Amino acid sequence: MNFLQFMMSNRQQVLDLTLEHITLAGVATLLAALVGIPLGILITRVPRLSKPVLGGANIIQTIPSLALFGFLLPAPWIGERAGRLAILALALYALLPLIRNTYAGIRSVDPAVVEAGRAMGLTDRQLLFQVELPLASGVIVAGVRIATVVSIGLATIAAAIGAGGLGEFIFRGLAMVNNQVILAGAVPAALLALFADFVLGRLERRLGSLDPKS
Amino acid sequence: MTAPPSYGSTLEVPAIEFDHVSFRLNGRSLLEDLVLSVKQGETLVLLGRSGSGKTTTLKLINRLLLPTTGEVRVNGRPTSEWDPIRLRRSIGYVIQDGGLFPHFTVERNIALVPRIENWPRERVAVRVRELLATVGLNVDLASRYPSQLSGGQRQRVGVARALAADPPILILDEPFGALDPITRSEMQKEFRTLQQRMRKAVIFVTHDLREALLLGDRIALLEEGRLIVDLPVAEFSRSEDPLVRAYVEAFSALPE
Repeated sequence: MNFLQFMMSNRQQVLDLTLEHITLAGVATLLAALVGIPLGILITRVPRLSKPVLGGANIIQTIPSLALFGFLLPAPWIGERAGRLAILALALYALLPLIRNTYAGIRSVDPAVVEAGRAMGLTDRQLLFQVELPLASGVIVAGVRIATVVSIGLATIAAAIGAGGLGEFIFRGLAMVNNQVILAGAVPAALLALFADFVLGRLERRLGSLDPKS
Repeated sequence: MTAPPSYGSTLEVPAIEFDHVSFRLNGRSLLEDLVLSVKQGETLVLLGRSGSGKTTTLKLINRLLLPTTGEVRVNGRPTSEWDPIRLRRSIGYVIQDGGLFPHFTVERNIALVPRIENWPRERVAVRVRELLATVGLNVDLASRYPSQLSGGQRQRVGVARALAADPPILILDEPFGALDPITRSEMQKEFRTLQQRMRKAVIFVTHDLREALLLGDRIALLEEGRLIVDLPVAEFSRSEDPLVRAYVEAFSALPE
């Protein structure tokens, strides 16, 4: 039985696991964006926080992913449900590109433009929403793109703690020493990542053209 | 010949007044005991080389900076007592190359202050058209982005944006510094005509003596954060001050 035949005869399960995979990676990225983007904005406003916040996110990124899943297992409440745990771990990994790109994007806005806005009497809030965020949006979406692709890739490991997703096939295939089964997980996961990368890449270029300098 | 400075002989409150203002940053003195005032309708040119404190002086007017000692008063009120947002919206600000928002069209750039002041939509649209005409730009440019304009056009948009809400005070930081000589000369002449009509209180920063002589009613020469002289334009070139002499000679050495 080759890989395609395996996919066809198990298509319901492939579909279920793919949807599960999208949910894991999607919710994790969304969660990370809800925390990471405001945090990135915050550290442009309170510069003394920028080192500890970026450093912290960096350290999280250096923890081997399998170990992070393991670390979180004994955590109360979260550890009881594998799905929640996997989402939390994935969100932690996605945090760094989101914080870093939001911070870098806002910092790269031409200071003369920001100062002109301030001198014209824009409030801090108006400056942020009308000037800084629109001009940084290309870089911020680039961060979302990296975070999404990383999450889709890492979500395959979530199966190790029983959180489901396309990793199920990969781990099962490894156990069975069956390449067809491994590919049934790996190929859809890779296609998902490529698709997300393509769509967000287009969005990024469109937003990037807001600021003709970049 | 030796008429007293006009601002000393009137009871009218000056639009802008520096009352023994010093500004220090990290222990370094950028401005030392500055005394200066500008009446409504008057154009004061701040002349000086880079680092002489010209830009710092401007930023003290719209409260981007607060004085370390002394007081800057706008319409008789210290800047420290003004709400900074209200203060800034009553002062038009023009910088080199316009400082336009690259993601806004010309129209939205000009309409910036009227929009945040919640003018009705139709009034904003009328005002933008009016201003485009005032600064000599074709209405067709309204939907363009700054990157699609020439340097001179961008600068005109910068002036239009500063004038949008008809602020009584206008401050300009080397506005024509980045323009080619012909465009610069055109804009200088137009600006002078504009000011004769508008009668705003204007502080114009430049390091170009010719521009200062053309546009100013008075010229204040700054050097290393100190005011060297503050003279009516007609008297400036005749001053015996050695630094003024150096400026005049540097510029008269240029071929016409």
